[in-house]
Amino acid sequence: MKIGILKRLEKIFGDFYLALILIFLYAPILVMVVLSFNSSKSRTRWGGFTWQWYTQLFSSSMIMDAFKNTVIIALLSSIIASIIGTAAAIALNDMKKLPKSMLMGATSIPMLNADIVTGISLMLAFISFGISLGFKTVLVSHITFNIPYVILSVLPKLKKTSRYTYEAALDLGAGPLKAFFAVVFPDIFPGILSGFLLAFTMSLDDFIITHFTKGAGINTLSTLIYSEVRKGIKPSMYALSSIIFLVVLILLLITNFAPNINKVHKNTKIKGMR
Amino acid sequence: MNNFLSKIKSRKILVFPYVFWILGFTVVPLILIVIYGLTDKNGVLTFENITSMGTYEHMKALILSLLLSLISTLICLLLAYPLALILKKRGAGAGRFIVFIFVLPMWMNFLLRTLAWQTLLEKNGIINGILSLFTLPGIAVINTNYAIILGMVYNFLPFMVLPIYNVLVKIDDNVVNAARDLGASRRQTFFHILLPLSIPGIVSGITMVFVPALTTFVISNILGGAKILLIGNVIEQEFTRGSGWHLGAGLSLVMMVFIFISMALIAKYDSQEGRTF
Amino acid sequence: MNKRYVAYAKKAVACVLAFCSTTFLLSGCSLLQKNGQEKEAGSGGKLYVYNWGEYIDDSIVEQFQKETGIEVIYDMFETNEEMYPIISSGAAKYDVVCPSDYMIKKMVDNGLLAEIDFNNVPNIKNIGQQYMDMSKAFDPENKFSVPYNWGTVGIIYNTSKVEGDPDSWNVLWDERYKGNILMQDSVRDAFMVGEKKLGYSLNSTDRAELEAVRDQLIAQKPLVQAYVIDQVRDKMIGGEAALAVIYSGEMLYIQNEIKASGREDQLKYVIPKEGSNLWIDSWVIPKDAPNKANAEKWIDFMCRADIAKKNFEYITYPTPNTAAFELLDKDMRENKAVFPDQEMLKNCEVFQYLGEEADELYNNLWKEVKSN
Repeated sequence: MKIGILKRLEKIFGDFYLALILIFLYAPILVMVVLSFNSSKSRTRWGGFTWQWYTQLFSSSMIMDAFKNTVIIALLSSIIASIIGTAAAIALNDMKKLPKSMLMGATSIPMLNADIVTGISLMLAFISFGISLGFKTVLVSHITFNIPYVILSVLPKLKKTSRYTYEAALDLGAGPLKAFFAVVFPDIFPGILSGFLLAFTMSLDDFIITHFTKGAGINTLSTLIYSEVRKGIKPSMYALSSIIFLVVLILLLITNFAPNINKVHKNTKIKGMR
Repeated sequence: MNNFLSKIKSRKILVFPYVFWILGFTVVPLILIVIYGLTDKNGVLTFENITSMGTYEHMKALILSLLLSLISTLICLLLAYPLALILKKRGAGAGRFIVFIFVLPMWMNFLLRTLAWQTLLEKNGIINGILSLFTLPGIAVINTNYAIILGMVYNFLPFMVLPIYNVLVKIDDNVVNAARDLGASRRQTFFHILLPLSIPGIVSGITMVFVPALTTFVISNILGGAKILLIGNVIEQEFTRGSGWHLGAGLSLVMMVFIFISMALIAKYDSQEGRTF
Repeated sequence: MNKRYVAYAKKAVACVLAFCSTTFLLSGCSLLQKNGQEKEAGSGGKLYVYNWGEYIDDSIVEQFQKETGIEVIYDMFETNEEMYPIISSGAAKYDVVCPSDYMIKKMVDNGLLAEIDFNNVPNIKNIGQQYMDMSKAFDPENKFSVPYNWGTVGIIYNTSKVEGDPDSWNVLWDERYKGNILMQDSVRDAFMVGEKKLGYSLNSTDRAELEAVRDQLIAQKPLVQAYVIDQVRDKMIGGEAALAVIYSGEMLYIQNEIKASGREDQLKYVIPKEGSNLWIDSWVIPKDAPNKANAEKWIDFMCRADIAKKNFEYITYPTPNTAAFELLDKDMRENKAVFPDQEMLKNCEVFQYLGEEADELYNNLWKEVKSN
């Protein structure tokens, strides 16, 4: 009886704590959403409700271009980083101790280094080799800081896979590629996925490295916002953020609370894979 | 035999793109930083850029940055650990979902979110507005060190939650239950089972919070009213005013060495596994 | 692959997809809106513009593209100091840039600018002669630059929080306003305040004078609420502070905002009697500009009276374009905060480029202020 009460108290306390942290995390986002409906351009004065920033958003090619760049860079850089990183992790897993630890040391450099140092060092490298700054330099920089996240997510999963299954597949006549995709890949896929997701998030959120490696005429949302800070953020920026937020949140809720829809179908699929 | 050879070859070859990549985009740029840091405007070798870390202004900025980032790392840890425990108790499905909820804010631009904190914290800001509704005294944290710490905790908390949660979910519930069955108190279970097992996650989290907090310049500018100079601000200013690249590189070098040493000290606990979703 | 991971993978991929599809949906919408509007963009070549953030009416850029067929790639910087290394290192090539006075001098001195061919800029006649004369401080023969905006720096004060009408920089050292003062977060602007307060030139390079200014600024620091990196204007509108150093161009925006909230005359602007900074932002063309002819078309376009007027109404910074000035309402022309008369400007000076050594000195002293 007593334990039951304790359990319930613990649950209530847990809920309360979660709620507090969620308020803490989402308060600024709420502010952004509210400001996106503020008819006054000033963020300190409520001028009444308006939709105008949403309609203006669509005609602002600058914001839309920056948004497109942000997403394309995040997507491309995390996909490329996932491929290079997974390949590297597979090779690393097979390596002898010394070269492996050397490479792992190098891997942790971009993670441990301050963003500002990474950004500046990349900028110096691009400039001194005569590479003009632009879309490609930002992409390269993002891939650079994304690869370590993929490697560190994939390696632990690889360690748990047994190399014998792979060799067995080879012995049974599968080519190396086929053997890899049939046997190893399904096991490490969760690792690749979480690495990819982390890389995507990091790339979306990056400001400092992009700031130093971007060239003429290319902006991501972060750099565009930073250049607007002094003269005032365009409320359309808040409108854009609100839309993104809403879409992602809704999809997240749908996938979470409607898990049973294709359950049967999914199960057969899994069996088929095995 | 043929199969065996091709396997060895193809697997080793897989690392080449990556080796090429780190050489080109991590090692070479770092060498350039070293070159810049050790020369002056005319390309003459000098240690002045390095030793200038010892000047009063730079030392003060470094110590203040250290202090603020240590405090925010600690706060993140204290907030994140109970959170991760609670999430673990919710079971895998719900836990993962909530983890997503924690990551979602990071997909909104961090400059916008930090600016929004300004609107919240200002003297006539939203929080003070709400407090005054209840005739409570207002808070005056904007443009102080406290606001910077808040900004750091806000921005980096997810980096602490994720790794700790990831190691905690891997701890088998049966281990905990066994300890309880064998008569360990809640406290004992925590200190002898959960905490030791979760140290790799904690260390990962500390790394992922401490480093960006130590080197930020945006948070101190936006929430600190630019009154407080952190080492990140110093370096950023050296680079953005054009003539200070050598000094900036020198200072970055010192900071880098500093971070590497402190990370090496705790690296033996670091599994690096936890840094995933 | 166990079931948990399938569910997890689904969620993750769904989120990423959601994000990406939002992009393409939104850009699809914006394409629809634009369709037919600028079909010939790019037919006249390209133009890389590098300007201050939020310093132009976006519709003007679109109008330029439509009228000339030149595709504009528009980029922004936040400070002169941030812009300079980008141009000087050649890291990114721009065709037309809009720096401030002293920075233009620095760029001229370092041979970074191309002479403008004024045969291609007939609308230069719209720019008032007095502004061309002011420009001689940094461009002695008017060869490299065409004024875009100008203005002064002064004090904005909240009449409900400040007693009387301040007319001197000294009010920024008044203990009564502790924690209610906003300063500018840039070396030259901050030092200008101290220099003028002590009666020095704002182009002083004298170490003793500058150290005295530094001490003044350090003494002032406890009274300062923030060195504003973001908009002074929003903080003043929100009643966050009593006094602030501000660019005159922000005043019109502020006046409009407070008028809308029925607090007219609560915020006033003054150019202190000791004098202040008179600044000019001008269009220049970098030496290695890839599309110089288009850059001149751009400058000419910006000098057109109707464009300058439209732009003024959006960014509210005083225009040096006398033809556009004549098109404004009488009220606006007589708004002294925006267009001060010569008497008010008599002690004002334009910033000069002081050379690398003095630059270094200013920066180091500023660092001492900031870290104190």
